[in-house]
Amino acid sequence: MNTNILEIKDPILSIENLSVAYDKNVAVKDVSVGIKKNTVTAIMGPSGCGKSTLLRVLNRMHELYENIHTTGTVLLNGEDVFKMSPIKLRRRTGMVFQRPNPFPTMSIYDNVIAGYKLNGISQKKAERDEIVERSLRDVALWDEVKDSLTKKGTFLSGGQQQRLCIARALAFNPEIILLDEPTSALDPVATSKIEDLLITLKENYTIVMVTHNMSQAARISDYSLFMYLGELVEYGKTKNMFTNPQDRRTEEYLTGKFG
Amino acid sequence: MKVTGIKDNIKLRINKDRIFLSLVVLFSVITVSPIVLIIFKLIEKGYKQLSFSFLIEKTPDTLQAMSAISAHEVIPGGIANGILGTFLMVALAGVIAIPVGIISGVYLYENQGKLMANLVRNVSDILQGVPSIVLGLISYMWVVKHITHGFSALSGSVALSIMMLPMIVRSTEETLKMIPQTLKEAGLALGIPYWRVLFGILIPTGFSGLMTGILLAVSRVIGETAPLMLTALGSTVINTNISKPTSAIPLLIWEFYNDPNMVDLIWSSSLLLMIIVLTFNLVSKQVAAQRK
Amino acid sequence: MNSDKITKIVLFSVSFIILIVAGGMVFSLVGGAIPAFKTFGLGFITSTQWDPTDGHEVYGAMPFIAGTLITSFAALIISFPLSFATSLFLGEYYRNTFVAKILGTMVDLLAGIPSIVYGLWGFYVLRPFLIDIGFENQGFGVFTASLVLAIMIIPYATSLSNEIISMVPNDLKEAAYSLGATRYEVIMHVTVPAARSGIFAGYILAFGRALGETMAVTMLIGNSIKMPNGLFSTGNSMASVIANQFGEADGLKLSALISIGLLLFVITGIVNWIGKLIIKKMS
Ligand SMILES: Nc1ncnc2c1ncn2[C@@H]1O[C@H](COP(=O)(O)OP(=O)(O)OP(=O)(O)O)[C@@H](O)[C@H]1O
Ligand SMILES: [Mg+2]
Repeated sequence: MNTNILEIKDPILSIENLSVAYDKNVAVKDVSVGIKKNTVTAIMGPSGCGKSTLLRVLNRMHELYENIHTTGTVLLNGEDVFKMSPIKLRRRTGMVFQRPNPFPTMSIYDNVIAGYKLNGISQKKAERDEIVERSLRDVALWDEVKDSLTKKGTFLSGGQQQRLCIARALAFNPEIILLDEPTSALDPVATSKIEDLLITLKENYTIVMVTHNMSQAARISDYSLFMYLGELVEYGKTKNMFTNPQDRRTEEYLTGKFG
Repeated sequence: MKVTGIKDNIKLRINKDRIFLSLVVLFSVITVSPIVLIIFKLIEKGYKQLSFSFLIEKTPDTLQAMSAISAHEVIPGGIANGILGTFLMVALAGVIAIPVGIISGVYLYENQGKLMANLVRNVSDILQGVPSIVLGLISYMWVVKHITHGFSALSGSVALSIMMLPMIVRSTEETLKMIPQTLKEAGLALGIPYWRVLFGILIPTGFSGLMTGILLAVSRVIGETAPLMLTALGSTVINTNISKPTSAIPLLIWEFYNDPNMVDLIWSSSLLLMIIVLTFNLVSKQVAAQRK
Repeated sequence: MNSDKITKIVLFSVSFIILIVAGGMVFSLVGGAIPAFKTFGLGFITSTQWDPTDGHEVYGAMPFIAGTLITSFAALIISFPLSFATSLFLGEYYRNTFVAKILGTMVDLLAGIPSIVYGLWGFYVLRPFLIDIGFENQGFGVFTASLVLAIMIIPYATSLSNEIISMVPNDLKEAAYSLGATRYEVIMHVTVPAARSGIFAGYILAFGRALGETMAVTMLIGNSIKMPNGLFSTGNSMASVIANQFGEADGLKLSALISIGLLLFVITGIVNWIGKLIIKKMS
């Protein structure tokens, strides 16, 4: 057992011996890690080290590519995600992407409720209204948009759009939220709003976030995971990792020697 | 807060997804099946008649055809008058449309965003949408009535050239737009006169693009029948005088179709027409592919 | 005068030919149409009578306007499921694959087949088939013409919608997948809505093609001068009546045919213009 890898008791998400390859190109090598409930976990590492690949396997978004193969297991609350229907899995996990991507043909309201619409789930109007308001309040967008819910989501600013996308992911009350560099396309003010938001969200949700921004990881994450060339090099409390990295490669990355 | 009562039938949704994909594949196959069926039919019924003499002899008259049919022989003669007529009229149409089309394309490229250029571009687009039969009417009124005073190859060519013109204009402009601006600037910086830069540097650079457009335009007009019915009319003899009525392969097909004795000839003529059209089509694709 | 100036003048004057041709076209069509409109007034458009008998000549364009619109609409409706499926095949399901390349080339070739060959195929293959399966008892008429017309316009509808569908950003689709949608749901709720104006414009342009198609319709629609009364009746389209009746035409009849040409020119112009407008709005 690698001593640089912290063991988490009762993880909400448990990744065991996960390897992922595109054709013959191995992008994630034998990663085993547990994610703790109600925390923010940051995935870091130089470009191309497999962060996005790892994240996308967690809700089986990797299956959209045909040339990809995985071995190992991922357990969400003890259930094997590969044995679940991907539809159910994806409803239990929310995902937020690098660029804000609200559906351009839908209103703000419809964007928030999009998951229900896409899944063909019908509800009473009151129920829908409640979900929309709750999700928009969760991302601190309600006050800004409550009078323009019928406007297209694409009219909002970049930061607002990204919060709308987070609201869309929250509408199903997911057990875990996966974010892939959610602030890399945003300006500093919008970025810090999203960071504040993620800190409040972890009270109710578990957050896993890929980031290139080390100070962001330091500011908001509780646990950090450092990957290098597909391998999990180090995993631990963020504070410990930043003050006292165990592995030379982690240290070099954190001190800006590469990446 | 808990999200209550998510009720949906995942099995049903997955089945719907699968059925939809099957329908997409099925309908796509149905969509392209006519091309296979048509080509197969033409080959099946037309290959027998297709011989060297079919290419070099002129059309038989209906009596010759009738006696050949009653003697269970292959109908004698060929469609040389149609082949030559098609060649003559398309070539003449090209002579008219290609220079005008290329120069206009250059004009549009050189005057991006200007009012007059936009007008020319829009009008050219309108021309592209005009039904070919209307072009036949126009050429009838212009050429048949006032220039050749009778049905003629020239009037057919004019109709075809108006059809080709907008296609060539568009492909020229699109091709030139893809050539890096620096090339033109480099030429001008060397002190080369403007017209030489345009026609000595830009046009040769975009040559294969222009060629693709021209070949495609040719392949589109070769099979045109309707405008020729109103202009070139058709002829049973080989004609090289552009002010006289002239035949063309599609016109002959139309005549054979209307003459019960000649019906056997439609398939071989259509097969030949398809071979010519598809050759132009595929060659233009090949030229386009080589550019990349 | 220096050579640059001359070059510019030459470029401009040659391009001006396009304007002259188009202007002359309108001028000649209107000029040729005047006798008919003078005799029958605007009633020419609405009248359903067509009688070339000397002495009591009457011409009205309505049967052919109706024939054109009915065949083109029917063709559009028939071609819709086919070209919609094909554009999803090419632009979504099998994008950038070898099979898509083959299928795409075949669709392109469909556009290359001459109209008269479609007409022959419709007459000698499709028509007997329709009679055999008991769908039609004479095999001629509006429906048969529409069916062949539908095949002919598929490439025009497909090429634009395929292109637009394949340009729908991937991250929109991924967002929908991440919410648990199936591929069908992603297509229906995200891809198609995002591409809808392009798809719509494609069908408008295809409709414009259908309006002016001549030979295949001429060979299949049954060449009747009566008002078509349904999908299975015979008739004539504006283009086919010109092709069918031009041979014996002069005087007032010729003017009537030119008037029909003018109307066809105007109708296709409007339809194409709407299509272009939608495309322009998109970009
Ligand atoms: N669709 C794909 N097909 C083939 N190889 C891929 C594909 N996507 C990613 N890869 C490869 O897998 C490896 C990991 O990619 P991944 O996108 O997971 O890296 P990343 O850590 O997210 O990088 P970045 O920080 O640049 O986003 C890279 O070598 C990449 O080239
Ligand atoms: Mg990434």
